[in-house]
Amino acid sequence: MIEVNNISKSYVLAHQLAYQTFRDTVTNFATKPFRFFQGQLKMTKEEFWALRDITFSVEKGEAVGLIGANGSGKSTLLKILSHITSPTTGEVRLRGRVASLLEVGTGFHPELTGRENIYLNGAILGMSRNEINRKFDEIVAFSGVEKFLDTPVKRYSSGMHVRLAFSVAAHLEPEILLVDEVLAVGDAEFQKKCLGKMNQVTRDADRTVIFVSHNLEAIKKLCHKCILLKEGRLVMFGQTSQVIEKYLHKDNQPSSISLQDRKDRDGKGGVTFTDIHITNQDGAPVITSGDILNIRLRYTSELTEKIKDVRVVITIVNDDLRPVLRLDSDVTGQSFSGDLAPQGEIECTTGEVHLTEGRYFAEIDFLIRGTSRDHVLMASEFTMATHLPDYQYKIKPDRTITNNLLRYSFKQ
Amino acid sequence: MADLSYRITIKPKKGWATLNVRELWFYKELFYIFAWRDIKVRYKQTAIGILWALLQPFLSMVIFSIFFGGLAKIPSNGIPYPIFVFSGLLFWNYFSTSLSGSSNSLIMNEGMIKKIFFPRLLLPLSATITPIVDFGFALVVLVGLMIFYHFTPTVWGIILLPGLILLSFLSASGLGSFFAAINIRYRDVREALPFFVQTIFFVTPVIYPTTLVPVKFQWVLALNPMTGIIEAARAGIVGNKPINFHLLLVSTGVAVALFLFGVFYFKRTEKIFADIA
Repeated sequence: MIEVNNISKSYVLAHQLAYQTFRDTVTNFATKPFRFFQGQLKMTKEEFWALRDITFSVEKGEAVGLIGANGSGKSTLLKILSHITSPTTGEVRLRGRVASLLEVGTGFHPELTGRENIYLNGAILGMSRNEINRKFDEIVAFSGVEKFLDTPVKRYSSGMHVRLAFSVAAHLEPEILLVDEVLAVGDAEFQKKCLGKMNQVTRDADRTVIFVSHNLEAIKKLCHKCILLKEGRLVMFGQTSQVIEKYLHKDNQPSSISLQDRKDRDGKGGVTFTDIHITNQDGAPVITSGDILNIRLRYTSELTEKIKDVRVVITIVNDDLRPVLRLDSDVTGQSFSGDLAPQGEIECTTGEVHLTEGRYFAEIDFLIRGTSRDHVLMASEFTMATHLPDYQYKIKPDRTITNNLLRYSFKQ
Repeated sequence: MADLSYRITIKPKKGWATLNVRELWFYKELFYIFAWRDIKVRYKQTAIGILWALLQPFLSMVIFSIFFGGLAKIPSNGIPYPIFVFSGLLFWNYFSTSLSGSSNSLIMNEGMIKKIFFPRLLLPLSATITPIVDFGFALVVLVGLMIFYHFTPTVWGIILLPGLILLSFLSASGLGSFFAAINIRYRDVREALPFFVQTIFFVTPVIYPTTLVPVKFQWVLALNPMTGIIEAARAGIVGNKPINFHLLLVSTGVAVALFLFGVFYFKRTEKIFADIA
């Protein structure tokens, strides 16, 4: 059982002042030599609240996910729960044996052998010697490094290292388990194994688990309930599916500000995107792998002169904001010219799109003679679903898929 | 495991924390593991391994005997210089290794401090326990020397030996915990430490007898707990003069005070270690 009452945590940040004269430096040195050497005179201090008034409670046996953007306070919260750092105000009550797994392989010593490191790491994570003895074979079997058990860990490949480390951690059996983003280790096959193990660990009726991950699919599988943090505050605590919806800004309504009113755009102006719609061939907003993407852009123009050489570029980026597809009207050779109506629509239709499941964003750019007029990042988002079972990325290379992926056309 | 961790309340920590002996006891296994790790890692990838533990004190004894005993002709109260200097080195090496080890223990295990909860005091304490193994090996060398020079230890010497090592432990771990706590905020400690240790070495009667120091300054030596410890050890082992219990009492007082001060200072600053490491 975990009870968190009004937890806040502040850090003091030091900022360097931008400019200091030589005379300042000399006087500071002469008058406050000690502080001078600490470099504090050039600094201003600011209080930063990593967590603000967090209150929630978790019942015995529950598995709760903790999500939020980078810097939202997830790790700080976990560090407080695992007793590593103390809160500035508030109180936490824990009932049960606690083990925390904030990092895989903490305390691994490169000079020690795999066997020795299992004992070392196990003890550091809170396992007793008997417990490690009992689970030793299981740990070794899970890691798959049997052959290298008596080799110093410094000679391990990074994959072996991380697999051994995870295996030790996965065999912890505390009553309360706090886990920070540890599933992203090893190759796809090992990750699948990790997820399976975590699943088994969280299913235990007596175990309370708090699980931090950016892998929302994993959170969905492992946790019934979920906490959403934003800028150090608890935004929502409830059913995982609803919390994830909230996190992805998909409360059944488009993002709060319409494309037309968004201020976070650049470009020279004159043309403004007002609307974007991404659907599949049937007009449905959820795209399944193999569907056709239909992207409709509306724009308004204040330009009166005749326009030549219009280029529209749509870039599809994934959840990590990495571009995965670029749809460029210059590449298809369909240039837009002539009068640009004060209002208009541009439609881009692709061939079959085969992307892995997940969340994607569209970045749009309107260029006239090579000059960007209106450029909006994350103008819209869509979700890609797939018929393939999860974690089965080993698709045989297929020429037709590759070809289809690249086929698209534009029309005005 | 015991039921200590069954109910935990985490609150902002204020003021002087008390030393939670129960908590330390609960983590005794981790304490062994840290000590075991340090011993294990120590002679990894060496050809002669643990033999170094015999060779190192022996070699320093030889060098000191040549330069200080032979060339500088430092008096040794009528006993052979090798055995004189070695009885001092035995405790000095333990003290200096422990002090350096515990002072740097927190920054050496920075990653663990940020990611795992355990009583932080385990780190400087286990760094002071591990060198006892080396002490044991050096003791073997001493026994060899005594056989070679035909010395028999006094009964008092044998009785006091465990007490003297305990006093060295208290001094080193107290001072080491104090330095470790400062070191994690100001790494200057790491840089200054070798000079500090060297200075203490020269104000400790390792290579010279206390009789070399003018009487009016001898109280300064007495404030250094290692003085009383080494003097008592020497008198007990060689038996050339009675043990100065008065001096030993002063050393005991200073050692206990150092330990309490160091440990409580450490506990007081402990809560911020993870934030500033």
